[in-house]
Amino acid sequence: MLEVRNIYKTFNQDTPDEVKALQGVSFTIEDGSFVAVLGTNGSGKSTMLNAVAGAFQVDAGQILLDGHDITRLPEHQRARYVGRVFQNPFSGTAPDMSIAENLALASMRGQTRGLGWAVSPRMLDEFKTRIRQLNMGLEDRLSTMIGKLSGGQRQALTLLMASWLRPKLLLLDEHTAALDPKTAKKVIELTESIIQKDHLTTLMVTHSMQQAVNLGDRLIMMNKGQIIHDFRGEEKRRLRANDLLALFDEVRRKEQIDHTTAEMLSQAYV
Amino acid sequence: MGVLIGALTIGFILSLLALGVYISFRVFNYPDMTTDGSVTLGAAVAAALLVYKVDPLTATLVATLAGLAAGATTGILHTRFRINELLSGILVMTALYSVNLHIMGRSNLPLLSERTLASQAEDVGKRVFGETVQIAGWSVAGTDLSVLLLSFFAAVVVGVILFVFLRTNLGTAMRATGNNPQMIRALGGNTDLMVVCGLALANGIIALSGALLAQYQGFADVQMGLGMLVWGIASLIIGESLIGVKSVGFLITGTIMGCVLFRLLVAIALRWGMNPNDLKLITAAFVFAALILPGLLAKLRIKERKAAHA
Repeated sequence: MLEVRNIYKTFNQDTPDEVKALQGVSFTIEDGSFVAVLGTNGSGKSTMLNAVAGAFQVDAGQILLDGHDITRLPEHQRARYVGRVFQNPFSGTAPDMSIAENLALASMRGQTRGLGWAVSPRMLDEFKTRIRQLNMGLEDRLSTMIGKLSGGQRQALTLLMASWLRPKLLLLDEHTAALDPKTAKKVIELTESIIQKDHLTTLMVTHSMQQAVNLGDRLIMMNKGQIIHDFRGEEKRRLRANDLLALFDEVRRKEQIDHTTAEMLSQAYV
Repeated sequence: MGVLIGALTIGFILSLLALGVYISFRVFNYPDMTTDGSVTLGAAVAAALLVYKVDPLTATLVATLAGLAAGATTGILHTRFRINELLSGILVMTALYSVNLHIMGRSNLPLLSERTLASQAEDVGKRVFGETVQIAGWSVAGTDLSVLLLSFFAAVVVGVILFVFLRTNLGTAMRATGNNPQMIRALGGNTDLMVVCGLALANGIIALSGALLAQYQGFADVQMGLGMLVWGIASLIIGESLIGVKSVGFLITGTIMGCVLFRLLVAIALRWGMNPNDLKLITAAFVFAALILPGLLAKLRIKERKAAHA
C-alpha cells in the first residue's frame, strides 16, 4: 500500500523560474490497485511520480510504502521496492550491454551485488522463458547489445525488467508516449498482462485520455500541482474520454484569462 | 633486439596503466586526471619502500593500495562534494605532486643497488636461461627475457582478473553505471559508491603500473606521470581500432595490444631520429586525430552520398 501525505515540491525557489510543481498532494493506493494519473503538461503528474520514485527529496509531506516511511530514502534504496519504466525508451536499459546482462542487472534489483557471475548458464534458461512472453523473438538474441534494438523492444524489455522481481509498486511514467501508435498498443497490452498476472500495485502517469479511460481501476486527475478529481470503482468504469474532455474544458474556463490576453487572442484568432 | 625487448617490456608494464584508463575512461566515461598523479605515486611509494629494504612484492602491493586511496579520493570529491569530474581529478593530481615529493624526499630516487622485482626476475632469468638465449636467430640476454616475461605475466594476470571482475554482479553494475546511470539507480545500484570503487580500482592498477615501471627503469621521478592519461587513451583507441568489438574481453585484449604496439611505434620513431621532446606533442596530436576522425569520415560519407544522389 502506498500512502502519499500532503507532499510539496517547488523547483528553483525564490528565482524568476520558480515552479510550484506539487502543492499538497495526498492519496492512498491499496494493494493490487492500478491507478492512472492524468493531467496536462505542467500539471505535476510526472513530478509526483518522480517524488515517489525518489528522484528528488520533497519539501514537505510524507511518503509511506507498506507503512514504512520512505520519504528520506535515496532513489537507489527505494528501488528495492519500486519498479520503474521511463517515458524515454532509452532510459531504462544500458545500450552497450547485452540483453542477458541487462536482465541480470534487473534480476538483482535492490539486492547486494557481490562477486558471483552476473550471467550464468542456469539463468539464461530463465531469461529465455520469461523473455518469450514478450513475443518479440528476442529469446534467441540474448547476447545482442540492447542499443541495436528498437525503442518499442527496449520499452518492452524495461517493463519486463521492472517487474522481474515482483515490486511492491510499479511506476510507469508515460511509458508509451514516445512510441509509434502500433508499438504503443503492443506495450500497453503487455503492461496489462504483466500487471494482471502478478497483481502489481501500479501508478501510471499518462496524458492520453483514452489510456486513462481504458486502463486501471482508478483515475486521478491533476492540475497545477494538485489532485482535482479522483474516480474509482463503478464511477471509473463508466467514465468515457468525452467526460474527461469536458472536465478539462471546465478547468480551462476556471483559469480565468485576464482581459488583455483575451483581447489579444480574439484579435489573433477571430 | 635489445631495443625491441625493452620496448615490449615497457609496453606491457604501461598496458596496466592503459587498463586502468580503460576502467575510468571507457567503463565509467570519466576523464580521470588522477592518472598522471597516481602513476608517480605508485612509483614513489614503491621506490621509497625499496630504499628502506622492504621486500619488493610488499612494496609493490603497498604502492597499489596507495593508488587505490588516491582514486577513491577523486571519486569522493566528485560524488560527495559534486566537484566536476575533470576538476576533482586535477585537484588530487596536483596534491599528489607534493605528496610524491614528500614520499621520495627529493625529485628523483634511484634504485640501482636495491633489490627490486626486476632484479629478482633477472636473477631467476640468469639461472633458467643462462647468459644469452637464441630466439629466431637473435641472441637475447637471459636477464632481459626474464623481465619481459614478468611484465607480460603481470599484464595477463591483471587483464584476466579484470575480465572476470567485469562479468560479476558488481562489475556488471559498474559497467551499467558508466553506460546508463539512471537505469542502474532505478534497479537499486548506488551509482556514487560505484564511481568511488571504480576510480579506486582504476588508480590502484595505474599505481601498480607505476611501481613496476620504477623498478624496471631503476628510478622513480616526480615528473614521470606527465601525460600518462593521454598515453592510456591513445592505447585504448589503438586497441579499439585493432579489435573494434564492444565486448569486454576483446576490449581488454585490445587495450593491452594497443599499448604494446604504441610503445613499439614510439621506439621505432625514436630510433629513426625523432626528437624525444616531441613525444608528448605527437601523442596528444594522435589522440586528437583519433577522436575527430570518425566524425569527419562520417561527414565525408554523407557528402559523397548526397553527391551521388544529385
